[in-house]
Amino acid sequence: MKVNKNIAISESGFIFNPGTGDSFSTNAMGQEIIRMLNEGKTREEITDFILSRYEVEKGILEKDLGDYFFMLGTYHIVQNG
Amino acid sequence: MKTLNIALTGLNNIDSPGPGVPVARALRAGGLKHVRIIGLAYDNLEPGLYMHDLIDRSYQIPYPSAGSEALFNRLKAIHDIEAIDVVIPNFDAELHNFMRISDRLKSELGIHSFLPDHDSFEMRQKSVLAEWGEKLGIKVPTTKPAFSWSEARQMASELGYPLMVKGKYYDAFTAHDADQAAAYFYKLSAKWGLPVLLQQIVKGTEVNVTALGDGTGGCIGAVPMRKMYITDKGKAWAGITLQDDRLLEIARTAINGSRWRGGCELEFIKTHDDQYYLIEMNPRFPAWVYLAVGSGQNHPEALVRLALGESVGPMTRYEVGKMFVRYSYDQIVDLKEYEHINTHGWL
Amino acid sequence: MLPYERPIITRYNPGITNKFGSRVDYFPFTQIDGVPVKRIIDEYGSPCFVLSERTIRDTYRNALRAFSTRYPKVQFAWSYKTNYLNAVCQVFHQEGAWAEVVSMFEYQKALQNGVSGDQILFNGPDKTADDLRTALHNNSLIHIDHFDELYLLSEIVREGGKKARVAIRINMDTGVYPQWDRFGFNYENETAWEAVQKIMGQPNMILTGLHCHIGTYMLSTRAYHLAATKLAQLALKIKSQYGHRIAYIDIGGGFASGNTLKGSYLQGSDVIPTMDDYAEAITTALLGSGIPTTELPYLYLEAGRALIDDAGYLLGSVVAIKRLSDGRRATIMDFGVNLLFTSFWYDHRITPAQEFSRHTEDMVVYGPLCMNIDVVRENISLPLLNRGDQVVVHRVGAYNMTQWMQFISMRPNVVMIDREGGVHLIRERETVDTLNQQERTPAHLRANPQQ
Ligand SMILES: Cc1ncc(COP(=O)(O)O)c(C=O)c1O
Repeated sequence: MKVNKNIAISESGFIFNPGTGDSFSTNAMGQEIIRMLNEGKTREEITDFILSRYEVEKGILEKDLGDYFFMLGTYHIVQNG
Repeated sequence: MKTLNIALTGLNNIDSPGPGVPVARALRAGGLKHVRIIGLAYDNLEPGLYMHDLIDRSYQIPYPSAGSEALFNRLKAIHDIEAIDVVIPNFDAELHNFMRISDRLKSELGIHSFLPDHDSFEMRQKSVLAEWGEKLGIKVPTTKPAFSWSEARQMASELGYPLMVKGKYYDAFTAHDADQAAAYFYKLSAKWGLPVLLQQIVKGTEVNVTALGDGTGGCIGAVPMRKMYITDKGKAWAGITLQDDRLLEIARTAINGSRWRGGCELEFIKTHDDQYYLIEMNPRFPAWVYLAVGSGQNHPEALVRLALGESVGPMTRYEVGKMFVRYSYDQIVDLKEYEHINTHGWL
Repeated sequence: MLPYERPIITRYNPGITNKFGSRVDYFPFTQIDGVPVKRIIDEYGSPCFVLSERTIRDTYRNALRAFSTRYPKVQFAWSYKTNYLNAVCQVFHQEGAWAEVVSMFEYQKALQNGVSGDQILFNGPDKTADDLRTALHNNSLIHIDHFDELYLLSEIVREGGKKARVAIRINMDTGVYPQWDRFGFNYENETAWEAVQKIMGQPNMILTGLHCHIGTYMLSTRAYHLAATKLAQLALKIKSQYGHRIAYIDIGGGFASGNTLKGSYLQGSDVIPTMDDYAEAITTALLGSGIPTTELPYLYLEAGRALIDDAGYLLGSVVAIKRLSDGRRATIMDFGVNLLFTSFWYDHRITPAQEFSRHTEDMVVYGPLCMNIDVVRENISLPLLNRGDQVVVHRVGAYNMTQWMQFISMRPNVVMIDREGGVHLIRERETVDTLNQQERTPAHLRANPQQ
């Protein structure tokens, strides 16, 4: 999964997609995930990282990540592959 | 030096404009010293948000549907930062909530306002306007509230076509026959609820008055205007001040009869045989209120003074034949600003 | 370890508000009358109804004050159908309320709660001959709904003995739409007067009162003013024609609670009249009706929802969060329309019972039933919720604990918090045995024929 080119994300969690003109907001956890995606991390690596630092069960995290990635795809912020 | 911090809403200077921006302009133009203007916006695209020469800082506030408690809490948070002295709401739909919390704003936060009381606000509601007009001897087109289409059809045939079909709060359409009336009836009842109002059409010229009442029956200022050009949304794009003593007299009667407190707009039709029919009384300044300033009566400034408890004498003079010609203007806005209002709720 | 919040992303749409625009609640609702929500759920389970005795008493006293400071003779009768849990009824009775019932079952409940028969107002279109005999025997106030009932009662009183104390229910045009003209006798078309004449001609019936109940969740105080005026007019007419004095005018209930009706633009609590507004409208009508001060009738009131809605809470938990096919967020709760019947007409306020961050999501809130109509809120903006999170639904005291359905799941515990913060179970949760107790399975259909 790759973040689309030119997607700008600010410190406040504001995301702008210059290709479509849409803007979004994401919370701190979302920002961290997008940062890791930008670094080229895989879904497994992201999962492991969050599990090692945050108080969350694996099953719940996986479900939440699935939903988040789905929305990123719907909003054309990431590309699969 | 102490600044006078005035918060106001209605920054939506769009094709159907709210009066916030002209009110802000009026406050800057007047004799008030050290005015700081705080915009209160519902939507992140209200143009006034981005007019930094006019509006010093803006904050988002919750929609009226969130209730007066949410509004109070938000205003309190803004007040902690801005020390608001006066608040001027400029939308019909928000007034109910502002009126509800105005005493608390004053007593708990020291924020002044100058709003009509509940009774005067209610007596000018569309559904009872005719009744009220009759009491004061002001002509109002025959208006009937209908709770079902069968009732409406009966009333319509008594009134005769064409007639106006109006929503409880907003929107009005001209119906030329029963089929059209039925379509509008259902459309308006779905949008604004019941009753739907049927109103006799009065033919003539539309003339309006922007006015300010002192709450004890006195009229502090009133300026009449005729629309010279009307947009497809029914808004004045250009208008001219009139000399019309009878119209002003009727306006004063309405202000007096309602003990109106604050700004308002009275919309009339003047018939060809010089009869005046009151169509609506809007409970806030109109978007063209700056024309009053331009012709010599600064109503928003006077409102602020009244809100602060100063005594303000009635303004009776204004320049006749002054015009306004509205224009639209594309502001250039940096994405950073849009981001800021969205993520922080202020700009 | 850091606290976790599930990642979310929302799109900014012009015209659609963000968290500054849509947010109603800024703080979690963690306790009721000082008792932690979490503790109640730990002890009594989720979902669970909670009633605040303090709020009931405060609300009642405020209503009584509003009326009795304006009018000399006021009597409330607790409308049983609104909430007939005995503990609730007893709070009202302790405060001095009589009982207003609409069925023999409610009537029996009132008697068992210690209400004396002559302090029961018996309303409703469906009273059997036996019901009427019981009411007659106990000297209750029988509010006649239609001519068939009037004839039936006149036969019964002929059986001998007691005189019936009766009132007639009257419907009328008060400018309110729809007009509730299916109950009682109509005022404008003189049917009510006809009923009065018939009763006055009955030696064994005493026309004691005039009753109306013009609707429910009434936002117009003017309608009450009109109703009270019309009933007073009728009382005057009876006085002048028969020299008979009406002892009471019962104006019914219908005062709005602070809930927000579906489709209403403004919040309910911002638009409803206060108890003082209602009282002012009604009492000025009676005082100004022309009835001499010395002959003023009693004013009876049967307010239901306005007296109990605020005192009721429903505690519940998040079962699941989902994404619908159109991308909308859906939250499934462990309570639905089975317990919250009033969500068919109210947009109930729902508040999380634990800390939340500043982010919110727009969502649909569903109940746990397997049926499509089980929607608690069609569109609400709430802080991020997770499975297991607890929520509080507000203003649920009226009609839910009587109209709840035993469908798919059983009814949960109901507790009352007393004025000292003590929590009492006032109705125990139903179990499969509750249901089975009532059933009789023919022997040849039993799983175990020995049973
Ligand atoms: C006769 C009568 N009285 C009183 C009530 C209580 O009404 P509310 O809860 O609207 O006050 C009802 C409710 O249906 C009723 O039918």
